[in-house]
Amino acid sequence: MDNVTKTNSSNRRRRRPPGREIRIFTKYAPRRAPDGQALSCTTDTTLRPEQLLDLYRYLKLTRLVEERLVNLYRQTKVVGGVFRSLGQEATAVGSAYALQPQDFLTPLIRDLGAVFVKGIRPREIFAQYMAKAWGPSGGRDLNIHFGSVEKGFIGPISHLGDMIPVMTGVLLGARMQKKRIVGLAYIGDGGMSTGAFHEGLNFAAVQRLPLLVLAEYNHYAYSTPTSLQTAVRDLAEKAAGYGIPGHIVDGNDVIACYEVTKRAAESARRHGGAVLIEAKTYRRKGHAEHDDQRYVPQGEIDWWEQHNDPIDRFERFLAEHQVAGKEQLAEITASVQREIDEDVEWAESSPMPDPEQAAYGVFDNSIVPPALRPKVLEK
Amino acid sequence: MATFVEAIRQGIWEEMERDPTVFVIGEDVGAYGGAFKVTDGLIDQFGNQRVIDTPISEGAIVGAACGAALLGMRPVAEFQFIDFISAGFDLLTNYAAKCRYRWGAGIAAVFRGPSGSGLRSGPFHSLNPESFFLNTAGLKIVEPSSAYDAKGLIKAAIRDPDPVLFFEHKKLYRLPRLREELPSDDYIVELGKARTVREGRDLSIITFGATVLTALDAAEELEKEGLDVEILDLRTLAPLDKQSILNSVRKTSRAMVLHEASRTGGIGGEIAALIGEEAFEWLDAPVVRVASIDTPVPYSPPLEDYYLPQTKDVVDAARKLAAY
Ligand SMILES: Cc1ncc(C[n+]2csc(CCOP(=O)(O)OP(=O)(O)O)c2C)c(N)n1
Ligand SMILES: [Mg+2]
Repeated sequence: MDNVTKTNSSNRRRRRPPGREIRIFTKYAPRRAPDGQALSCTTDTTLRPEQLLDLYRYLKLTRLVEERLVNLYRQTKVVGGVFRSLGQEATAVGSAYALQPQDFLTPLIRDLGAVFVKGIRPREIFAQYMAKAWGPSGGRDLNIHFGSVEKGFIGPISHLGDMIPVMTGVLLGARMQKKRIVGLAYIGDGGMSTGAFHEGLNFAAVQRLPLLVLAEYNHYAYSTPTSLQTAVRDLAEKAAGYGIPGHIVDGNDVIACYEVTKRAAESARRHGGAVLIEAKTYRRKGHAEHDDQRYVPQGEIDWWEQHNDPIDRFERFLAEHQVAGKEQLAEITASVQREIDEDVEWAESSPMPDPEQAAYGVFDNSIVPPALRPKVLEK
Repeated sequence: MATFVEAIRQGIWEEMERDPTVFVIGEDVGAYGGAFKVTDGLIDQFGNQRVIDTPISEGAIVGAACGAALLGMRPVAEFQFIDFISAGFDLLTNYAAKCRYRWGAGIAAVFRGPSGSGLRSGPFHSLNPESFFLNTAGLKIVEPSSAYDAKGLIKAAIRDPDPVLFFEHKKLYRLPRLREELPSDDYIVELGKARTVREGRDLSIITFGATVLTALDAAEELEKEGLDVEILDLRTLAPLDKQSILNSVRKTSRAMVLHEASRTGGIGGEIAALIGEEAFEWLDAPVVRVASIDTPVPYSPPLEDYYLPQTKDVVDAARKLAAY
């Protein structure tokens, strides 16, 4: 990041005069730890102790729900694949926590933490993964592919990039409805190569819509390293192509993710305009549970696990600043575990969907009848 | 006397007046009024917050329409030419079409634009794309053939709770033959209902859009030969008005499906299969398809005329069908 330009955020203006340099803010970018010390989190924060513990709860919830999903997967109770955000939890949790309740977000598969911050319960996730009738899509779609407009959660579809123009439209609609909301859309280092990403962000930038795009630099897209995905070094450089500011943040520092998103959201809410935030993080698991990660250089995963785990770092921070003792953190973890146990039980008790339900809900069925299987050669 | 294009413009205008959630989005739809002037004057009346000029970015147009619809808005999105719908295909078929099914979020949006061949516009400005979408559950497909229907159907499409693709044959926009007095009251034409354009006893021509006129011309000629042709204008292709198709075929016992898109994989095959499955005993002859040949739409007039089904092709096919 030595080649990026750092400018003072106070001299931002509504319109960038021609010739003004590209703005990439690096205040919360990854820093090396002082010699011999382990990484912690930034102290430059306004978060109060109870908020810090809230963040801790979401981080643990995310990690433990995913671990539970892996168990259920091995017991063949999960119908589809399981996607992990192991090692990336801080990016999703910290950024989503910076939103207001009325704001919208659209996550990627590795942003389960953001989905929880938006008020979705673990039971909904478990039922969805197990393809159960009580899941939010009634067994029609997988994992976090659902939504709740009331909660400001717009679930993704598989097609990467598509949610950027969709979120742009949410913000366009909100502007017509005179709602002062911002939208946070997550995208991967791989997903950023799609046409839809470009089309959505370009339109949001032109319309000066308050769209925050959070780009997760986690080093891989399935097996493809980021160097085969893009010729830029930092994804934040791409902001220049849209005439919007970029930020680089340490994606494994939950506080940094919160602070950067918070500032970007406040500015977007006040002045409009899109923002590109790049979070530097690392995907420690394969693309999904089936992936053996043979393409990962030896030692790389271990390094991240030992030196840059977002939960370890945050626990260190909480201890250093006497926010909570070991016991209090253990209590939080135990209560998360209890919630998960209860919710798994609930999801397991759900029936599978009634087969005929497959025919319903393509259209509003009060207008178009359900697509029931026709009777063949029957008069 | 309103033209076809004026009828659509009036329909959008009236819906924007009636419902503040209706807005227009597309390329050059604002001050310029759209490439074919379908949105002419809307920006002066409703302002640039409700008539939104976009970048050349069909993905952004479709995606943004979907997003706004999630918030309860009713977008009317324009493709400058319907050929460019391919650039928005992914979001239409994967996002708009599947949203209600996946999580109950209906996308009340209209995606409209000028379609159709015959204007010497070549391979990229002449498309009839209905077949690309017929096999996608979750999209309604509408194509009017008269000014009255165009206005009533666009208004119904805008009020519909699900995504509607609305194809406007550009040959019809200013065709003097289609000028008509439109009712002054607020009317709609219900989606999913075909219309019998001409009653007849001897054979049924099932068609829609501009080829309704081709069928009418053919019917006039065939009448001189004593053949009494029934013409059914489908108006909505999805969901298909199967009952009207079957009623007509059961009455005439002979059916032709006529459309402008290429023959293979066209809606004609679907309709022929429906008739075969549901009205086999009533048939006195095989169902015939009259459609364009299986090529891109060529530019040069002799080539395009060969490509397209002409009145003469319909007349010839009808004679054989009647004589079978
Ligand atoms: C348009 C599209 N092409 C291909 C895929 C298949 N696919 C699913 S996830 C993935 C890799 C995504 O990488 P990235 O965007 O970096 O996100 P990450 O998995 O690292 O979080 C691919 C190729 C897809 N979902 N969408
Ligand atoms: Mg990635």
